Amino acid sequence: MYLRHLQVTDFRSWEHVDLPLEPGPTVLVGQNGRGKTNLVEAIGYVATLGSHRVSTDAPLIRHGCERALVRVAVVNEGRELTVELEIAPGRANRARVNRGAVGRPRDVLGILRTVLFSPEDLALVRGDPGERRRFLDELLVLRAPRYAGVRSEYEKVLKQRNALLKTAGKRRGNDPYALSTLEVWDNHLATVGAQLLAARLNLVADLAPHAAAAYAGVAPDSRPAKIAYRSRLDEALPEGYGVAGGARAEEDTLVEILLQALGESRTAELERGVSLVGPHRDELELVLGEAPAKGYASHGESWSFALALRLGSYELLRGEAGGEPVLLLDDVFAELDRRRRARLAEVAASAEQVIVTAAVDEDVPGELTGARFVVSEGEVKRA
Amino acid sequence: MYEGVVQDLIDELGRLPGIGPKSAQRIAFHLLATDPVDIGRLQDVLGKVKEGVRFCDVCGNVSEEEQCRICRDLRRDPALICVVEEPKDVLAVERTREFRGRYHVLGGALDPLSGIGPDQLRIKDLLSRIGAEEVTEVIIATDPNTEGEATATYLVRMLRDFPGLTVTRLASGLPMGGDLEFADELTLGRALSGRRAL
Ligand SMILES: Nc1ncnc2c1ncn2[C@@H]1O[C@H](COP(=O)(O)OP(=O)(O)OP(=O)(O)O)[C@@H](O)[C@H]1O
Ligand SMILES: [Mg+2]
Ligand SMILES: [Zn+2]
Repeated sequence: MYLRHLQVTDFRSWEHVDLPLEPGPTVLVGQNGRGKTNLVEAIGYVATLGSHRVSTDAPLIRHGCERALVRVAVVNEGRELTVELEIAPGRANRARVNRGAVGRPRDVLGILRTVLFSPEDLALVRGDPGERRRFLDELLVLRAPRYAGVRSEYEKVLKQRNALLKTAGKRRGNDPYALSTLEVWDNHLATVGAQLLAARLNLVADLAPHAAAAYAGVAPDSRPAKIAYRSRLDEALPEGYGVAGGARAEEDTLVEILLQALGESRTAELERGVSLVGPHRDELELVLGEAPAKGYASHGESWSFALALRLGSYELLRGEAGGEPVLLLDDVFAELDRRRRARLAEVAASAEQVIVTAAVDEDVPGELTGARFVVSEGEVKRA
Repeated sequence: MYEGVVQDLIDELGRLPGIGPKSAQRIAFHLLATDPVDIGRLQDVLGKVKEGVRFCDVCGNVSEEEQCRICRDLRRDPALICVVEEPKDVLAVERTREFRGRYHVLGGALDPLSGIGPDQLRIKDLLSRIGAEEVTEVIIATDPNTEGEATATYLVRMLRDFPGLTVTRLASGLPMGGDLEFADELTLGRALSGRRAL
C-alpha cells in the first residue's frame, strides 16, 4: 500500500500541510526542529491511533488550538480509502472513512499499516519491559486490528480487578461477596488475557526467525540475536508455545492455565492489592549470544537489535495479507554505520513506499533518491 | 472562572452524566438568556421529580406509585424477568415490542473502580423475587461492556441453583463496548429473540 496524500491541520507545529505523495522513496529534508518528525508522527497516528513519542494526545495539538486533524488517502492494491481523524484531548476522537463517520476510531485500524523506525527505538532494547509489551501489542494490532479491542478490554478488566483486590484485601474475612465477585473478574481476566497471550505467543513465534535474520543482516560479525516470550506462566505453558515452528498457542488451553495461576496467587494478590499474573506482567526477552541484551549489549549492538526488531516486523507484515506496510524512517541513517545503513537502505529501496526524514541530504543513502521535499519554517516544498 | 452563581450553575451542570465543562458552559448561558416562564417550568419539574417520582417496589423502575405501570399490568407474563442496569434500558427494550414479561432494574453494574459491588445493586431483591414469584426464565440484558458482562457472569452464578429456572443472555449482535440504550431497535429486538441459554 502507499499514501497518496497527507493533510494535517493544527497538528504539533503545523498549522496546515497538504502533501501529495507517490509510491517509492520520498525524502523530507530540513533543519532540526522544522517539523519533519511531526509529519511522520501524524502518519503513524493514523496507523496506530497513538504517537510513538508521547502517551497522551495533548502535546499533539498545536499550541492554542483545540483539536488537530489528520487526513490520509491510502491506496491498497488499487483501491483508495480516505481516513480522517479529529484528535481532541479530553474527549473521544472522531474518525471518518471516505467522508462517512465510523462508529469508533478503532474501526479505521488496518486501513493504513506502517512500520516506523525512529531514534526512540533504542528504548525497545534499553527501556522497561512495558516498552517491549507495547511493541508486541502494536504489532499485533497491525497484524489483526481486532486485537485493539482485546487490548483495551484487558486493560479495563485489569483495572477493575485491581480495584477489587485493593478493597477486598483490606476487608478480608468478613466479605463473602468480595470473593464471589473476584471469581467473576478472574474469569474475565483469564478469558480476555488468554486471547491476548495466545496472540502474543504466536506473534513471537512468527517474528523470531525474521528478527534473527534481520540482526544477522545488519551485524553479521556479532553474536546471534534471539527473541523469546517470557511469562510468569512459563513452566505451565505447553511445550512449543511462542517458539518458531512450535505448537500454535490455543486460547482455551491458556484460559485454564491462567485460572489455575490466578487461584495459586490469590493470597499474594489480596495482600498486595494488584494482579500478579497475566500478559500485563510478561516480557519480550532479547538475547545476544548467551546474555540478555538489556544491560549487556553495547550501544552499537543495542541499535542493531532495535533495527532488527523493526526490520523483522516489516518482513513479517509484508509476507502476510493486509497490504505491504508503508515504511517510515525518521532520522535513522545518521545514527548508523556504513554496513547497517546499507542493509536498511537495501530493504527500504525495495519497499512499495518509504518516507525518509533527514536533517541533511548526505544522511540519505543514494538508493533512496526519489521525490524530495524541503521542510522549512511552516511549509513543505517539493524540490 | 465566572463570578459566583454563574460558576455554581456551570459546576452543577458539569456534574451531570455526559456533560463536559464546555457543554455545561453552553447550557448555563443558554439558561441565562432563556425566558423566565420557561425557566419556571423547568424549576417546576425538577422540584416534582424528586417529590413525586419514586422507584417501583417490585422492579426498581421509575414509577409514580408504589408499583410501576409494567408491574401492575396483568397482561404481562410474570414468569419472565428481563434484568437491566438502568430505567432507561427498560425503555429501550420496550421500544422493541418483543418482550412481554416484566423487568428488574439493578441500578447499575458491578464496578469496583467506583465502589459498586453486589450490595450496591438490587441483586438480593432479584433473588427473593425469583424465590417468591413463579418465575421460569430470567433474561440478562446488562450492557455489552466490561462491567455489564461481569455483572451478567455474576448473576448467572447466583441464579444457577434455582431449580427449573432458565437463564439467558441477550444474543450478541450488540456491539461490544456499547450501551443498551443506544442500540437501535432492530438490533436489540433481534438480540432479544435470539437470546442464548447459559
Ligand atoms: N503542540 C505543539 N504546538 C506547536 N509546536 C510544537 C508542538 N509540539 C512540538 N512543536 C514544535 O515542533 C518542533 C519539533 O518538530 P519535529 O520534532 O518534527 O522536528 P524535526 O524536524 O523532526 O527535527 P529534528 O531534525 O531535530 O528531529 C519543535 O520546535 C517544537 O517546539
Ligand atoms: Mg525529528
Ligand atoms: Zn415495577
